[in-house]
Parts: sequence; structure tokens; C-alpha cells
Amino acid sequence: MIYLTADIGSTYTKLAATDSESGSILGTACAFTTIGTDVREGFHAALRKLESAIGELSYDRLICCSSAAGGLKMVALGLVPELTAKAARLAASSAGAKVVKTYSFEISMAEQMEIEKISPDLILLCGGTDGGNREVITSNAKRLCLIKGDFAIIAAGNKSASHELQDIFTSSGKQFVITENVMPEFNKLNIEPARKCIEELFINRIVEAKGLSLLQKMSGYEIIPTPLAVMRACELLSKGAAGESGMGDLMAVDLGGATTDIYSMSEGRPSLENMLPKGLPEPYAKRSVEGDLGMRYSLPSLKEATDIRIISALSDVPADQVEEWLDQCIANPDTVAVEDSPQQRVEEALARVAIEIATERHSGVVESVYTPLGQMFALTGKDLSEVPAVIGIGGALINSKDPVKILAGSKYDSQRFMYAKPRSPKYYLDSKYIFASMGLLSSVDPMLALKILKRELKEI
Amino acid sequence: MKKKTIVTGVIGADVHAVGNKILAYALEQAGYNIVNLGVMVSQEEYIEAALETNADAILVSSLYGHGEIDCNGLREKCDEAGLKNIPLLAGGNLVVGKQEFSEVEKRFLDMGFTKVYPPGTQPETTIEDLKIMLQ
Repeated sequence: MIYLTADIGSTYTKLAATDSESGSILGTACAFTTIGTDVREGFHAALRKLESAIGELSYDRLICCSSAAGGLKMVALGLVPELTAKAARLAASSAGAKVVKTYSFEISMAEQMEIEKISPDLILLCGGTDGGNREVITSNAKRLCLIKGDFAIIAAGNKSASHELQDIFTSSGKQFVITENVMPEFNKLNIEPARKCIEELFINRIVEAKGLSLLQKMSGYEIIPTPLAVMRACELLSKGAAGESGMGDLMAVDLGGATTDIYSMSEGRPSLENMLPKGLPEPYAKRSVEGDLGMRYSLPSLKEATDIRIISALSDVPADQVEEWLDQCIANPDTVAVEDSPQQRVEEALARVAIEIATERHSGVVESVYTPLGQMFALTGKDLSEVPAVIGIGGALINSKDPVKILAGSKYDSQRFMYAKPRSPKYYLDSKYIFASMGLLSSVDPMLALKILKRELKEI
Repeated sequence: MKKKTIVTGVIGADVHAVGNKILAYALEQAGYNIVNLGVMVSQEEYIEAALETNADAILVSSLYGHGEIDCNGLREKCDEAGLKNIPLLAGGNLVVGKQEFSEVEKRFLDMGFTKVYPPGTQPETTIEDLKIMLQ
């Protein structure tokens, strides 16, 4: 059986052909994505390239994922920031969406207008435990209905408010789904039903709206968001498949032009005896997406999140030259640094800092507390300090000359000891860019995908 | 009738877990829906839990003697968060040393607590009070 997997990115359409008999990748190729005209053109161009490299290819199955046209853009709403708003964000992120912003409590006029400006594909509306607060979710529902735009709403909050929500949405004419609460009981996470709804809506709406339906017809398999495919590959690689063991706990870092995604496959239980977990428990397979940290489209906000002096010190390039380069890249996102130039060192420093910030936001936070029983630590989120492996995926890492230096941003920093990041990880690189492909393949032949992942992943 | 929801937990840096579990069990048996936050609970956590669950009362325990410091300002924060008039109950070993309970009680009532209990109070007493309070 020969599988062809296609990852329709915003810039490139990437193909990988896999042979299940030999258990190997026959070849990979990429071409520009042609979402503006017909997405199949780019697909065929890539296929021709692939065939010119490996000879004529007759594939048995075609499976696709896509992050074209901005991917799946979402906003999430909840009640308390650390509770249902966080749960909503976790659910949307784990479904492979780009969560642009999370809102809590009743949204303000300004926030309502902001959502209209973001123009999301989907909105996840949460708030209240079952039988708990219902005022906030119903009032936010009414406000969402006033927002112009063609989006669908997924309501996953207090079940006791579902009748009211049904009435509000029905009379407004907005497309909506009501599903199980993301936090049915206090501090109990239930994101799977919301995640499934997001996936279904992606297929129903996004695939159609973004010109992917023609490809969907060719494939016969449902198109999923690319980050979801990557998430599946990470989960498979961590847990293993029937009879074949996985790698155990791991973290993966995907650095792109617009976002930085962090995946962690780990229970994240406290690593110290006197450490007490606090707050909302997080899922084993967690993804976080930072829409303000990226190497090009999100460079303005990345520049804001860091300090020119840090970049200057890391890259050994004077601050004014760093500033100049950043401004140039912001003005023209197609700018590429010349090899072995000071600008390339700036790029590496930037990448490292983006990963540093993104992993800090992803990891648990440890606070020291003095009690009559001595010093204790309160852990909010996942303790990833014992995670042994960090995998680099995405162009900025794969094409770098010194990926270890960049990936080191994910490592525990004694100066910033409150973040429970991996203390002594080994670094790996997805050098052939196969994570999304293997994630797709895992839904039909997990054993094959796992074997290839394990073989192709290189320690660096 | 709908079950009443009560938020329980041990406030501050206090890690005394046993009494907290017993109290939560007793209240559950008495027919309440209990959101037990466990030990080392900050004022903000009580409030956040009460907001999401639409709680009817907050029951604060403290055994290590720092209860007065830990509880100070909780009522004001509840008011700020929109939990106006939510009953706040406190009990355990609230202050350091042997102090007259009536004085301790007064100080807690002045801080905005609805009901204060001396050391050694049986869960039944609190349950009876809650029944009246939450009618």
C-alpha cells in the first residue's frame, strides 16, 4: 500500500509518499500553495516534483491536512481566567486551532468590537460549571450574536443554561452547536466533546470556505487542521502503538512565521515530594499556540515581548543593527538573512527567545510557600522538568545551522526558576518535516507511522 | 429543591488536610454539593471557585494559628468580585495562643464573616447553621 500525505500550508503544499511494505518514506516534495485559484494546481505541481525525483507514483490512499488561509482562527470565552476561560483555550488549542485571544467574564463593548475585527472562523463559548453560574455565558451569547461575520459558535458551558442558549442562538440565525461543558465540575476538565465539535465544524465549514473541498473529494478522507496532525504524531510517538513502545514523555516545538506552537506529552505530575498541584489539571497531550510569537508576521509583537538588548547580547550584534534588521523584516516579511551573516545570528537569537517565552507560557509555574511544616512548593500547570526529549519541528528550526542553540530556549533556566521547563533534555530534529504526514498516517496505520517517526527522528 | 453549593478549603499556607476531608464528607452527607479546594487555598481561589459554581456559601478552615491574617480582606474581595452578601464561615484554630473566643469571634465578624466557630466545633453545628442560613 502506498500512502500519499499532503500538508496544505499557507505558503507551501508539502507531499510525502510512504510505502507500507518496505516501511519507508519514498520521497517528499513541495510546491507553492494555490489556494487563490485551485488548490489542486499546487498539489499537482508538488506531485510532479515528487515523481521527477522518485519516478512515476501510483498511490493507493491520499490523506490531507491544511493550515492554509490562516488555518482555523478561533477566539475562546470563559468566566474566570484561570478556570473556564483557560479550559476553553485548552480545548480550542488541542483541536488544532489558532486561538487568537481568550476572553473572561462578561465581555466589554471594546472586546465585542475586537472579536468582530479578529473575524474568527469559530468561537468557543464557555462559562460556569454545570449548575453553576449562568448569567455570564447567556449574556456573552447575546453579545456574540450582535457581532457581524460568518462564524459558528460552539457553546460548551453550564448545561443548565443550554435552553436559554438554544433560544438566543436560534433567534439570531447564527450557526451553533451546544455540547458538553469543558468544566462540568470545579477543576474537572472535559475538553474532548468540545474538541470533537471543533473538528467537525472545521470539516463542514472551513474545508468548504477555504477552497479545500476539491481536494477533499480526491482524498476521500476528512481533511484535518495541520496542528492536529502534528499533535497526533506527538501522541503516537510518546505513547507508542500496539506492541511497539513509544518514546515516553516528550515536548515538541514548532516555530513558524506567525505562531510558535508547543506540544507536551506528559502527565506533568509534581517532580518533588513537597510539591502540591494547584488549579485546573491539564491534559496529558497539551498544545499551546502563541499567536504573538513568530519570526515574520508576528515579529512586531515578538519584538515587544522581548528586549532588543537580550537579542543583541545573544547574537553579539550591536543593538542598533538588531533594531534595523527587525524593522526591515517587519516591513518586508519575505526578507531572508544571508548565511553566516550577523543577521543570521540575530534570527537565531530571536528564534531562541520566541521558544523561551512560548515554553514558559506552556509550562507549569512553581511558587515557594513557607508553612509550619517547612518549605513547600505550589505547582500550577504541568511540571515538565523531567521531560527527557525536546523535538524541533518547523522550517525555522530545520533550516537552521545551529538548531541546538535555538532549542535550548526550551530548557530550564535557573534565573527563571519558577518555570518548570525540562532540566536536561536531549534535542531531536524532525529533519525531513514528516510530523504532520505521520500524524495523518497514524489514523490509518499507526504502527507504520510510529516506526518511521522513530527511525527518522535524529538526535542533535 | 436544588442542592446548595458550598466551597470549602483550608486557607493560607496551612496544610492540615484531615479535618478538611472530614468536614467535606459530613457536608456532602448532609446533602450539600461540595466544592472542596483542599489545603493551601488562597483568597482568590475561594472566590474564583464560588464564581464558576455559583456557590451559596464559602466555608474557610484554618488550623495553624494564622487564620486571622489569612482571612483579612476576604469579604472586601468577595464584594469586588460580585459575590455580594455571600455567607462566609470560618472555623478551626483561628488564632495563636489561648485567647478568649468571644474576642476572636468579634474580630472575625468585624472582618465581614457571617459565622465563626471555636476549636472543637462538631460538623453538625455548622450543618444546622447552614440549613437556617441558606433557606
